[in-house]
Amino acid sequence: MDWSAIFSNTAQGLFSPATMAFALAALGLAMHFGFAGLLNFGIAGFMAIGAYGYAISILTFGFEWWQGILVSLVASVIFSLILGIPTLRLRGDYLAIVTIAAAEILRLLFLTNAFVDVTGSADGLSGYHNSFRAANPFPVGDYGFGPWTYNNNEMWVLVLGLLTLVICVSILLLLINSPWGRVIKGIREDEDAVRALGKNVFAYKMQALIIGGIFGSLGGIVYALPSSVNPGVYVTSLTFFVWTALLLGGAATIFGPVLGAVIFWVLQAFLSNVLPQLVSSGLLPFISSIQASTIRFILVGVGLMLLVIYRPQGILGDKKELTFVK
Amino acid sequence: MILSRSRTGAKYWTQIGLLTTILTLMFGGLFATSASADSVGEDLPYRVQGNVKNEGTALEGVRIVVSGGGYTAETVTDADGKWLIGVPEKAGYSVSLDQSTLPEGIAVIEEGGAEQSVEIGPSGAVTKNFFIGEGERIVVSLFDQIIARIIYGLNFGLMLGLAAVGLSLVFGTTGLSNFAHAEMVTFGAVTAFFLGGVLSLPIWIAIPVAVLISGAMGWGLDSGLWRPLRRRGLGLVQLMIVSIGLSLAVRYIFQFFVGGGTNQLPGFDAPKIKLFGATSLSIIDITSMVLSLVVIFAFAWWLLNTQTGKATRAISDNPDLAAASGIDVDKVIRIVWIVAAGLAGLSGVLWAYFRPGIKWDMGAQILLLIFAAVTLGGLGTAFGALLGALVVGMLVEVSSLVIPSDLKYVGALVVLIVILLVRPQGILGRKERIG
Repeated sequence: MDWSAIFSNTAQGLFSPATMAFALAALGLAMHFGFAGLLNFGIAGFMAIGAYGYAISILTFGFEWWQGILVSLVASVIFSLILGIPTLRLRGDYLAIVTIAAAEILRLLFLTNAFVDVTGSADGLSGYHNSFRAANPFPVGDYGFGPWTYNNNEMWVLVLGLLTLVICVSILLLLINSPWGRVIKGIREDEDAVRALGKNVFAYKMQALIIGGIFGSLGGIVYALPSSVNPGVYVTSLTFFVWTALLLGGAATIFGPVLGAVIFWVLQAFLSNVLPQLVSSGLLPFISSIQASTIRFILVGVGLMLLVIYRPQGILGDKKELTFVK
Repeated sequence: MILSRSRTGAKYWTQIGLLTTILTLMFGGLFATSASADSVGEDLPYRVQGNVKNEGTALEGVRIVVSGGGYTAETVTDADGKWLIGVPEKAGYSVSLDQSTLPEGIAVIEEGGAEQSVEIGPSGAVTKNFFIGEGERIVVSLFDQIIARIIYGLNFGLMLGLAAVGLSLVFGTTGLSNFAHAEMVTFGAVTAFFLGGVLSLPIWIAIPVAVLISGAMGWGLDSGLWRPLRRRGLGLVQLMIVSIGLSLAVRYIFQFFVGGGTNQLPGFDAPKIKLFGATSLSIIDITSMVLSLVVIFAFAWWLLNTQTGKATRAISDNPDLAAASGIDVDKVIRIVWIVAAGLAGLSGVLWAYFRPGIKWDMGAQILLLIFAAVTLGGLGTAFGALLGALVVGMLVEVSSLVIPSDLKYVGALVVLIVILLVRPQGILGRKERIG
């Protein structure tokens, strides 16, 4: 057992682009589900729009990196409108099925061979880093200490990711504590009561869907910034993993999604390192190291079930502000 | 054109290449016999080559197209019947022979027809010689193709229907949108594989036993998980997310035991029998369709005529009224879980033959199609789910005539969204459910 390698890899999970991407996506879901009560099971689709929107604008249209980010955000707003207009008037579980189907449609469109020139089909997209790295303010070299040592490009991704996360958390804090946020929470608790107060419930829900969708696609961009875009990532399991992170931290909280994402990735990093080592050192008999790495996904599923049954408000949540009202 | 200016050079040339290919495809028929080019792309690092002969006689002017990985090139055979096409990458390519450029009365007679896939070997080249002999070129009319697709779609739809009615019944009686239904489908197939493949039981014993074990698992899930959760008073959304957690856990437990690859049930490669037109079905396909029909009719009879069936429909209509009328709701729900799991298990076995193969996430692959079927027919209505499944199954198969086959599920999912736009209660649903 190489404990120093295990702990160093686990420590990296604390502060990685994937963690920030998950935190952003979970923040979007907190807006959707935690505050507005919208059952969005298509967050993987929003993340795919972020990642592909960014990569395609740069590779196919030759945009700058920041233009690519803008294109992604516009695309995610359009996606929210397409999803929201037919479904926001319907009961919650319809939105769940439509969002999950829409995310799957997107993934199949990105995966098909028909658009291979633009989407790269099953190979995905890579090599869109020039413009982003040219804007890197960090001089060439290594930064950080211990397990958190990064080269200048990784540092740039992390700083930008962290900055995005801080901005999104602040926006959510301001929004939720504003009159707008109180209306949104009112819709979650009792839609008809809010309607009776003369509020346009549909418009508020749509705004919440759009804002959360933007957070989700920013998460997709941060996920894509360091290396490449791979269609195998944006499957429905990704949606469920983000949900697990969200419910772990607390759905109706603002720091909960961030905490949940960090715990999720630290645990994933820890288990993916420790389980194969347990097998190779003979402490887990009768199973192969491939089987050992499957165990952590079984644990995610079991963890999700236990969370929802025994602590639905999550770590930071308040039992009084339970999100599962309906 | 403005856009292509900003592309990288390589991409630009691929574009031109594609355009040329399309043009040649359009005019190829006119010039194919007069052209004498025998090799293209000789400066590229890898090559695909071959020799087209019919019983020793070289065939000149036969058009060959090689494509793969976004690259396409074509040539025609020279006087010796030889051809060579350079390719840019050491990868798999598809080689097709244009049969309309062959002389009358002969055709490609090897299995798989005039389009074959090849892999560049260690030498950097691969040779593909088509087996050519006397034979009829199979020209399939559009009508025959549509008929064939409808029949395959019927087969697929019946299989989906078995899973969809169960999902719909569970939703109707308990209100749960059960995402773990996909894993109940996989469970049937995996159990049949363990009984038939690993324990080598005859398949006609293995399948009924697998269905029984699936039903037992439905009973176990209800009494071990869902009933206690209902007692705890969990909300429907909470239950739905529990089912997602269960789905993830069980899916990866399957992967833990059967690995990431594909296994086959005995008899999956039964030969296809040509029936009429372009329709050919194997004995497995025919058995599968008959079996699903028999089971579905038996199920419909059960739902319409037996005491439990009537109680089930009563609970779907109004659980409180049903309970007040003296119906034992818990008992009926338990039976519904057993029936739903058994039907899902059977559907899984048939799906394993249809795909073909058993894989750890095979159920998850069709979960959204099952949901589409249920929503299309009307959430909570058993016969609606069946109707929805038939529509979805045929739509998936027939649409693959016009859209690329890797997009064939998209059509069904788009329909799912459109139906929610225009008729959210589904074909047989009632309006009050949607509110």
